[in-house]
Amino acid sequence: MTTVTTDLAGVVEDAAAHLYVWALKDIPQDLRDALANAAETETSVTGQRVLQTILRNVQVAEDEKNLVCQDTGIAVYYCRVGEGFPLHPARIYSALKAGTERATLEHPLRSNTVHTLTRENTGPNTGYRVPIVHWDFVPEWDGLDVKCVPKGSGSENMSFLKMCVPADGVAGIKRFVLDSIVGAGGKPCPPGIVGVGIGGSADYAMHLAKEAIARPVGTRNPDPMVAELETELRDLLNETGVGPMGLGGDVTVLSVHVEHADTHMTLNPVAVNYQCWAARRASAHVAADGSVAYERDA
Amino acid sequence: MMATHEVTFPVTDPAEILKLRAGDEVVVQGHVIGIRDRTQMRIFDEGIEPPMDLSGAFLLHTAPNVRKLGPGRYEKLCIGTTTSARMVRFTEGLGERYGVRAICGKGGFPDEAIEPMQRLGMVYFAIVGGAAALETTQIEEIEEVAWEELMPECLWRFRVKDFGPLTVGIDAHGTSLYREVQEQARKKLEDIYARL
Repeated sequence: MTTVTTDLAGVVEDAAAHLYVWALKDIPQDLRDALANAAETETSVTGQRVLQTILRNVQVAEDEKNLVCQDTGIAVYYCRVGEGFPLHPARIYSALKAGTERATLEHPLRSNTVHTLTRENTGPNTGYRVPIVHWDFVPEWDGLDVKCVPKGSGSENMSFLKMCVPADGVAGIKRFVLDSIVGAGGKPCPPGIVGVGIGGSADYAMHLAKEAIARPVGTRNPDPMVAELETELRDLLNETGVGPMGLGGDVTVLSVHVEHADTHMTLNPVAVNYQCWAARRASAHVAADGSVAYERDA
Repeated sequence: MMATHEVTFPVTDPAEILKLRAGDEVVVQGHVIGIRDRTQMRIFDEGIEPPMDLSGAFLLHTAPNVRKLGPGRYEKLCIGTTTSARMVRFTEGLGERYGVRAICGKGGFPDEAIEPMQRLGMVYFAIVGGAAALETTQIEEIEEVAWEELMPECLWRFRVKDFGPLTVGIDAHGTSLYREVQEQARKKLEDIYARL
């Protein structure tokens, strides 16, 4: 019998508290690069005005140690749990929740979480089934990876699901993504990351779309056919002229990320989940002995 | 040609609004009133008069991160702007009943705002959504807070300096950048769909 001497729950709680605030203040390098590239490409006057303001804002957040965006979001965590990690996921969840609360109260951060019917605030950015956690379990490993993505509501409100029929084919998938993003206009704070989930079931397609927005900007799906779809959709969306903040211009999206699952022969689900230009994320790698390595760009 | 303007709010002269054209860049001085969904539901749905003068005002769609210093006194932490489209139905009432002259938010108003804004001499200013760190530095002070029980969706009065850059999204002459961009994008989509 082994005894766990480290307070692993405390370690995960500390990590969550740190990640939530860090993600809100210090955006990853891949995103900074993508925004700088967008500013180099953009030719419209209004688009340049928006992109230069965005770049200035990222710098001000860094200089003033302030939040990049005031929307502290709904806390979403992505966990990869090794089969040998000595803390059960039930305890990991409690620790993530406690860390989210602590960060909200100590900083302090704006508290956004409300009861979905009464609309009464439920406290420090936690509530029934909040935070939201995506789980992945990894065999033959004893570590834990936690990625925190505070998800803003302006972009989350621009989420779309369509149960295309098989006869709609890939063209139907492309059409739905294009239609959704043009229809969203300036509301989700473009240019951002378009997450697309295809296949699986209705709920799983949206789950995959949310997984897609958490990837570093511009990474490609390992399946070459899916990767090609990502590039094609990005280029088509940037032909539409919606532009930064929907005021017109060349750069409508920074990237399109697609995640896929096999599906039923009768199904062809397409889900779209938008991530704003302030695509905040931060990660921690927790080892079985309780040591933690933080990584902004994972 | 797009122009650059500086406007101080509240405005008394309607010409200050009429000179602004869709696409122009604007920097704002003076006072800004923070307002959000629940604030406006209270005014229009519950029929409660706002305890602040809104005539000639510049309204900002916001719900700030603040720290309480004492009774009715708050320190700014991070102040940014929310999506406007949810609140479009209050536009006419704000202009007609209270004399509001400018509404600022992100993402734009749907086309139903164009007619009342033209008739009542109002403009919609587009701010860069998400650029809250910068916006916070342009807010000098939180001067007044009403309806604190709606926190953070209270009625706020901020004193600002060099607030912007803003873009005139909808002007008082019936032009909306959002409508123009959507019309062009829809045409483009028809070309794209023909190729798929």
